[in-house]
Amino acid sequence: MRYAETGYNLEIDLATGNIERVETDPKLMELHLGGLGTSVKIHWDRVPPETTAFDPENLMVIATGLLVGTPAFSCNRTIISTISPQTGLLAYPMMGGFFASELKHAGYDKVIIRNKSPKLVYLYINNDKVELRDAAHLKGKGAVETCELIRQELNQPNAQVAAIGLAGENRVWFASIEQGRSSCSRQGAGAVMGDKGLKAVVVRGTKDINLADGAKFMEHMKDITAYINFRNENPLPGIQPIMAGIGSPQEMLHVDEAWHTTGFAWGNARVRRKDFWTEEIAKSWETTQHEAVKRLISCYNCPQQCGALITYKDVPAYFMKCFSKLTYTMAAYVEDLDFAFRIAHRAFNYGLDSFSTPQVLAFAVELYEAGILTDEDMPGFPPGNEDRFYYLLDKVARREGIGDILAEGTYGAARKIGKGAEKFDHNTTKKHEQMNVKLGMMDPLYYIMYATNEKISITQIEGNWPQSPFPTMEQREEFVRDWPQLPDEKFKKYFLDWEPRGEMANPYYPTPDIASEIVDWMDTIHNIDDALGFCAGMASFCLKPPYHINNYWKLISAATGMQVDKDEVVRKVKRSRHLHRAYNVLRGMRRADEKPPEDHWKKRFPEIEEKLLDAYYKHKGWNNDGIPTRKTLEEYDLGYVADELERRGILKDGQD
Amino acid sequence: MAKIKKKIKTIKVDADKCNGCRSCEIICSSFHATPKYSLSNPARSRIQVIRHPIQDIWVPVFAGEYTPAECMGRDKYIINGKEYDECGFCRAVCPSRDLFKEPDSGLPLKCDMCEGEEKPLCVEWCLNDVLIFEEREEEVDEEEEQRLEDMEIGLEALADKYGLDKLKEALSRMTKD
Repeated sequence: MRYAETGYNLEIDLATGNIERVETDPKLMELHLGGLGTSVKIHWDRVPPETTAFDPENLMVIATGLLVGTPAFSCNRTIISTISPQTGLLAYPMMGGFFASELKHAGYDKVIIRNKSPKLVYLYINNDKVELRDAAHLKGKGAVETCELIRQELNQPNAQVAAIGLAGENRVWFASIEQGRSSCSRQGAGAVMGDKGLKAVVVRGTKDINLADGAKFMEHMKDITAYINFRNENPLPGIQPIMAGIGSPQEMLHVDEAWHTTGFAWGNARVRRKDFWTEEIAKSWETTQHEAVKRLISCYNCPQQCGALITYKDVPAYFMKCFSKLTYTMAAYVEDLDFAFRIAHRAFNYGLDSFSTPQVLAFAVELYEAGILTDEDMPGFPPGNEDRFYYLLDKVARREGIGDILAEGTYGAARKIGKGAEKFDHNTTKKHEQMNVKLGMMDPLYYIMYATNEKISITQIEGNWPQSPFPTMEQREEFVRDWPQLPDEKFKKYFLDWEPRGEMANPYYPTPDIASEIVDWMDTIHNIDDALGFCAGMASFCLKPPYHINNYWKLISAATGMQVDKDEVVRKVKRSRHLHRAYNVLRGMRRADEKPPEDHWKKRFPEIEEKLLDAYYKHKGWNNDGIPTRKTLEEYDLGYVADELERRGILKDGQD
Repeated sequence: MAKIKKKIKTIKVDADKCNGCRSCEIICSSFHATPKYSLSNPARSRIQVIRHPIQDIWVPVFAGEYTPAECMGRDKYIINGKEYDECGFCRAVCPSRDLFKEPDSGLPLKCDMCEGEEKPLCVEWCLNDVLIFEEREEEVDEEEEQRLEDMEIGLEALADKYGLDKLKEALSRMTKD
């Protein structure tokens, strides 16, 4: 019997309609755990670097985390991996919700989809019965709408559906895969799904997930539950409310958005409005939000409520979570929160990433104002900020006119448009839109994180270390007193020593070596979450979270029966991490690509920045170009990866 | 008939507070596994969240009595503008729906209030206090005091389906030698 995992994957060939249930090698869990870890291995083994996003050979792997479906709170992630049309690298957007647990209960750890369907179809998984069904009648339908329509047509109210909207069908490079209440959004996985002619994946499952030592597992869960209750009753003192709790930032609950609206940049990631959050705005936003949020909702087996059912005025009911409340509003320079709850509904139905999309639209507005795009490019372009965004959103999703160009994202569109548009693409790293933040002093930790994160998304590497030093020693001492989540006691000193100003402050401190240690730890725990299926909001993206490097191993051991300690878990995850890096290196990623946006900080320190990357690469066991060395690869049983890198002339024989 | 005092255990459901996480289903299935906690599977749970998220409907319902026949009076409720399915609040395990049936055998499941535990596990695991455990003393007829065990509930269903005689025959064949 297999524990924690089901031991089976579904292999779907969309070209032939062939469906196979394939038993997986138990050794893979020992090597890579599951989730993202085992998915990376599949891409490495089966998708060569010559394959691009829209080639039939590009795989779309829908994976569940290793511990999804166990009683571990907040372990519910679906990880969809595929080659991104935008970056050409491995995209792995994730979603919470109810899909992954349902898939596991249907008896599968992953669904591996290859080739393209000659006509639009959806995949219906009902335990052992798996079929491709015609989806012609769903063509052009909204993603959220599609989920409901399919449940009705199959008479399966409890089936979980992940669907694309028009944007995915039209292969918009930042199209998302929507589950109604959560989505896999970043880097265009929805475009790949659309390209494959797959409108939706539907799953219903009623089978068991087995635990090797359930009683032990529940003992650990008791401790973790006590801590969740404690943290819910005791938000961290001295931290802004949005970050003081556990779970994803509670954007649906909290109405105080002073931190985001004054600290983050508006428009095309341009302007900080430090005096935006007035009493008048606070009052108006509170009224609007309370009117819109019908009920706070959770993901599968999670005690937090990071999402909400939105029923707002004449807008059909839909679900929202997290930062999507603010991205369109801020990018469009709209001060009425009413806009947020209206445009999000349309955007979710189109199936568009609410992170990249607003930036692409704001970029187009800037180009218009600069005269680079004209009325000829955008006939009938309206004058109002809100109308402009609706106009552009529709064009992008339909790939009409200018929308056809903007559909390639800021970087791609800028190069197609030319005429100096490239200068307006100022907030991308590796061709991908970054967080709308513009700050003063270069920050060593964030420098490394922005530069090197494999997901190219800051929220997928940051989180466990406070974003800035605390002003007084008393506050710092108070904070480190109870911090069992740290990998090592010495990190406490790093935090105590970190000053807001002077020699022990950014950009000089944390030093490159210390910064490397801190970032490597955060990178690792994000990757552990992605292998196990934990919500980052309860672990890697959270200050003092319930799940951390010192307790994952207990759950893994009890659930799988594989006896691991903390170091062994880290070793397994680092193995997948090196493989992941090597895979992107095969696809051309190099040190020259590892750059935060030029204007991310006003004050830059090129010499220190070089040293930061040097130190981090060294700490990771990568060479000076960010490529894992043979020595490192062999240390992690990845000699075959080193051979391949050498065969392709990327690693030189005898070096490293 | 003689009256005796009995502790009545029940779960009060504050559905307005439900966020739809289904932790109650997970822990129920896990607790009732053999060995205890050896698996999880909401389909085996004796509490189910009846859910139509887009209509703002999340109603945790825990399994009540098994009944061999559908009921006559199926009602529709509209509460605060939301229309609840005809069986929305019903706790019965009946032939008209799949709810509360053991997925392998189709036999009925019934909430046993996690006998032996301080309170039902679903109550303990609902960190949002949707489920509230209540105990009260009531005078009941002595005869009603009988509790059916899991297996007896299953056997009762089999007897209803095949008839008691056939069930007896089958049992005696199985217990020969």
